[in-house]
Amino acid sequence: MSRVVLVTGVAGSFASLVARGLAELGEDAGIDKVVGIDTILPDADLGGVKFVRADIRTPVIGKVIAVEDVDTVVHLDVNPPQRGRASGKELNVIGTMQLLAACQRSSTVGKLVLGSSAAVYGSSSRDPAMFSESLLARSGVRSGFPKDIVEVESYVRGFARRRPDVIITTIRAAQVLHRDIDAPLRNYFSNPVLPSVLGFDPRLQFLSLDDALAIFTQSVVHDRPGTFNAAGDGVVLLSQAARRLGRPTLPLPPFGFAAAARRFVRAMGSDIPPDLHRLLTFGRAIDTSALRDIFGYELTRTSQETFDDFRRSIRPGILATLGGRT
Amino acid sequence: MNDDRKTIGSGGTPGRGNRQTSPSAAARSLAGSGPAKKSAAKPKKAAAPKKAAAPKQQPAAKKAAPREKPRLRAVTDEDAAQAAAAAAEEAARRTRTAGAAPQPAGIPIDEILVAVVQAAQRVLGSDWESRVATLLATVRKRLGGDYEVDEFGFDPEIAEVLTAAIEPIAEKWFRLEVRGIENIPEDGGALLVANHSGTVPLDGLITGYAVKKYAGRNLRPLGADLVFSLPVVGQIARKVGATLACQEDAERLLTSGELAGVWPEGFKGIGKPFAERYKLQRFGRGGFVSSAMRAQVPIVPVSIVGAEEIYPLVGNVPSLARLLGLPYLPITPFFPLLGPLGLVPLPSKWIIEFGEPVRTDAYDPEAADDPMLLFNVTDQVRETIQQTLYKLLVDRGNAFF
Repeated sequence: MSRVVLVTGVAGSFASLVARGLAELGEDAGIDKVVGIDTILPDADLGGVKFVRADIRTPVIGKVIAVEDVDTVVHLDVNPPQRGRASGKELNVIGTMQLLAACQRSSTVGKLVLGSSAAVYGSSSRDPAMFSESLLARSGVRSGFPKDIVEVESYVRGFARRRPDVIITTIRAAQVLHRDIDAPLRNYFSNPVLPSVLGFDPRLQFLSLDDALAIFTQSVVHDRPGTFNAAGDGVVLLSQAARRLGRPTLPLPPFGFAAAARRFVRAMGSDIPPDLHRLLTFGRAIDTSALRDIFGYELTRTSQETFDDFRRSIRPGILATLGGRT
Repeated sequence: MNDDRKTIGSGGTPGRGNRQTSPSAAARSLAGSGPAKKSAAKPKKAAAPKKAAAPKQQPAAKKAAPREKPRLRAVTDEDAAQAAAAAAEEAARRTRTAGAAPQPAGIPIDEILVAVVQAAQRVLGSDWESRVATLLATVRKRLGGDYEVDEFGFDPEIAEVLTAAIEPIAEKWFRLEVRGIENIPEDGGALLVANHSGTVPLDGLITGYAVKKYAGRNLRPLGADLVFSLPVVGQIARKVGATLACQEDAERLLTSGELAGVWPEGFKGIGKPFAERYKLQRFGRGGFVSSAMRAQVPIVPVSIVGAEEIYPLVGNVPSLARLLGLPYLPITPFFPLLGPLGLVPLPSKWIIEFGEPVRTDAYDPEAADDPMLLFNVTDQVRETIQQTLYKLLVDRGNAFF
């Protein structure tokens, strides 16, 4: 059976890579056509992907699904907003609602893959050391991107109740850390000085690009219903990460850290989303045993290795000589 | 002891002063009258430091004696002393001349270097070079971030530093006595359940130290969420192996074969008034028993005597504590009164007894859902600890001496 895959948000760096990867798999994996959709033109070369310029916040998306006979929807690029809170919420939440509404009406759609985020677990001092898929956020999902992603997931659960015949795969991925993938932590680690929270040393996890692409490809090609965490094994402490990069940290008091850090990062010519500060305070680690045992994917890179790959790909920090790492 | 008599007839007792080992009459007459005689009559051991201390008093004696020696005997203590004295005088004269005609001032770098090397040798022993190299390599690795932490944030290197830092406090200040260390399994998971006391949770630190030192295993304490919301404290707690006291973390630790420690009394135990010392509070809701049952690991009851006296809690300021978001705000006989000095824990005597393990593998993992069974096992553990506490209190006698 040949299939038509719709990938949302292909102007984003990660989604465009996923779409291209699926298009290159082609007929061998039973994929007939890959349709990419976004509101802006993608920067990257999309290869064999058919690009449709449309806004998923409008009912146009339903027409695209009907015209192209889409049977698999890959909803990606649910990302922390870069330009202000309001537009991000529009894209993430309203876009998901419209997309799901269109999928519900469509008779062809048989599979939905949601690229969710580990941010759905929030981040707080009352967190268990590792989140497994059955746990709920303890705190830290009342605002910003974590709130959006919780709402997106709840809409997808509602969709699953109404269309039980659709196979739904939710991938709760840690942030992909790669030089070419636009992610909040990449932007953060690219700064020459890293603002950190005084007295806190969060545990961070990263997902390597290869693993992330393979997981999404597999969930399109095979049927893997369920919710799965995805992150490199192990954790990297923020202090450890900064030392490995050879970049000094700038400890700022916890009170008012969010605003101060954002201003500081902007002064260095970069930007971080305003809700990154909770992650930088308490950190978060997720349990990936379900991905290994049920989904059937063996992660190739640990968080440490992913971070080291990233470190080698960027300019060494000013303190890099101290540690003597090359 | 009289030298004169020995030179006349008796050889004296062997090994004491006689003709062979004391200066001859000629030598003494050369050296002068009174003082020379006295110093020669002294036992050699006393003579040596005296001469070394005041080398300029009798230059004549020194010069004369060496001249006699070759004929009389081989090298003795006195020779050595005299040689040393001569050398000292030589050195003194040299410095005197140096003082008179000062050499161009400068930093004697090589001398400092030699001194540093010698100091290092003395402090670190003969293999100091390799030790310093190891230390530098460790520092370099730490600065480069080249170390591993597990998923809970546990950093074994920092835990070792903490153990070394606590050792003098535990052994010298608290005079810690550990009993029943053989009840800690050598490998595999186990849940240590202890009483909690002392206003500041030092008992957790000391128990962790005792387990590491005497059983050679890392204790992974389960702490209240307040610990992890405090800056610095929470960060250090994670690095030395603590994690949040919740069912998920406890089971994850226990099933992976770690030694977890819980203090189920929580703030009720640690913040109770001094008058209620060694009276166990309610043991939470028995969650620790269900975690141990699910993981099928034994529960080791731990009784800690001594922690109650370190900061006797005689008062509390509940309103201020509520304002600061703390469970209690302690007043001890010394704390706000003496300021920072009041933070020094009182040197009570400590006994930690690890009791006989309570096995949970006799029950099914599903038994963890039976509340009545949980209450029974919880009470059993609590009663064991309470009885052991009474016994240890009798054994210890006075709390401080």
